Amino acid sequence: SGCSPCPPPPPAAAPLPPPPRRLRPFNTLDPLPSSDPDPPCEGSRSPRKKWQVFPGRNRFYCDGRIMMARQTGVFYLTLVLILLTCGLFFTFDCPFLASNLTPAIPAVGGVLFIFVMGMLFRASFSDPGILPRATPDEAADLERQIDSAGCSRPPPRTREVLINGQAVKLKYCFTCKIFRPPRASHCSLCDNCVERFDHHCPWVGNCVGRRNYRFFYLFILSLSLLTVFIFAFVITHVILNPSQSLTLLCTVLEVVVCFFSIWSIVGLSGFHTYLISSNQTTNEDIKGSWSTKRGKDNYNPYSYGNILTNCCAALCGPLPPSLIDRRGLIQSGTPQTVSQSNGTSNSSYASTQLHSNMVGEGRRHTARY
Amino acid sequence: MAETHSLQDMRQQAAITAKVFIQRDYSSGTMCQFQTKFPSELENRIDKQQFEETVRALNNMYAEAEKLGSQSYIEGCLACLTAYTVFLCMETHYEKVLKKIAKYIQEQNDKIYAPRGLLLTDPIERGLRVVEITIFEDRSLTR
Repeated sequence: SGCSPCPPPPPAAAPLPPPPRRLRPFNTLDPLPSSDPDPPCEGSRSPRKKWQVFPGRNRFYCDGRIMMARQTGVFYLTLVLILLTCGLFFTFDCPFLASNLTPAIPAVGGVLFIFVMGMLFRASFSDPGILPRATPDEAADLERQIDSAGCSRPPPRTREVLINGQAVKLKYCFTCKIFRPPRASHCSLCDNCVERFDHHCPWVGNCVGRRNYRFFYLFILSLSLLTVFIFAFVITHVILNPSQSLTLLCTVLEVVVCFFSIWSIVGLSGFHTYLISSNQTTNEDIKGSWSTKRGKDNYNPYSYGNILTNCCAALCGPLPPSLIDRRGLIQSGTPQTVSQSNGTSNSSYASTQLHSNMVGEGRRHTARY
Repeated sequence: MAETHSLQDMRQQAAITAKVFIQRDYSSGTMCQFQTKFPSELENRIDKQQFEETVRALNNMYAEAEKLGSQSYIEGCLACLTAYTVFLCMETHYEKVLKKIAKYIQEQNDKIYAPRGLLLTDPIERGLRVVEITIFEDRSLTR
């Protein structure tokens, strides 16, 4: 026998909450902008800025003015090392040097220090040249083009381009849904495609790319000069005035930091000077993209031919603006880029719910696997 | 203005038939240039020559923005000497050209593309990846 029929439900005292309009992924931190033409009636929210919904793994401070990578521990170490060494130098060595030799020493040291800090902050806090991800429409259009090219085999996800006579392969980025421009690369730590990607520098806490390479280079160059400067004058101080234990301890600390820094930083400056003069990125050099070992006719198509032009182009060329517009307001009509939840390291999309009319909704639901 | 009012109307009321994406042309390197190949979806909407002229004008302006010349070197050196604080009060050359491009696109939309039911989107809004052309339904056919 079946169970007894349920009694009719009593009239509800309180109305039941309306069912959610659509399933929301569990790991979405922020509510999605509505795709319905009618505005949501949950109450007006203040307009949000684009950095708040940025799909990459970056951190933003000061309302989007400052951006860095997710892991910033080593950056703080860099700051501490520089501030500590310079602090000790200015406190313990400069008074003696200024009075016994010349006050130009702390003056020059001060200028170098300010320049080093300025370049460090500029390299760390600015957008390295991140390429915004494709809008759903663009991604769909590219998918159509790719699929129509191949039939039964998996479709080719590379395009070949002839740049100044050299064949260059453009790869398709599965995360950003774009064909990467030449020299761009996807940084797995920050989960962004970066233009003219050099490397991800943990000391600076950011990727080094097209927009901040010159700041990075000037930072390591001026830091080399500062380190050599401090090292030389601390040794001078010790020689001219063999001193008491406390100052001696500080001196030893400064000498040790400077000694190891000189080897690494001066070396790095030299390496990047070579890269700039041949117009290569660290990424290309490591992979040997333009090395003659790959083929007799292999050459760097981006080099301007002479060292001076290469250097000027890298250091004094026009500074392109940021493409990600992080402090812009999100307007309900604009399509948002393809995104994924922060924290996941893979980027597979199980469902592709693309809207053909892109007047409203932007965010795509993240895949759960 | 009457022209921009009709542009807004079109965006809000007309249905979007399709979107065409003009991809980047990397044959001269990493410089921002767009392909001038005429997409087949625009065949019955606009002149091939008109379209090519628009894209060529855009390409020339982007080339001007990224040009390495005495002006960019002076700006670069001045910026370095002032620890890049000069950009707090001055716009970079690139930004000035981008404003010019935005104005040009607005003008092209008003004069040429909107009357034909098309809309050009400024490439900077798409990260300089594509020139997005939105094709609206042809009202003249439905009348």
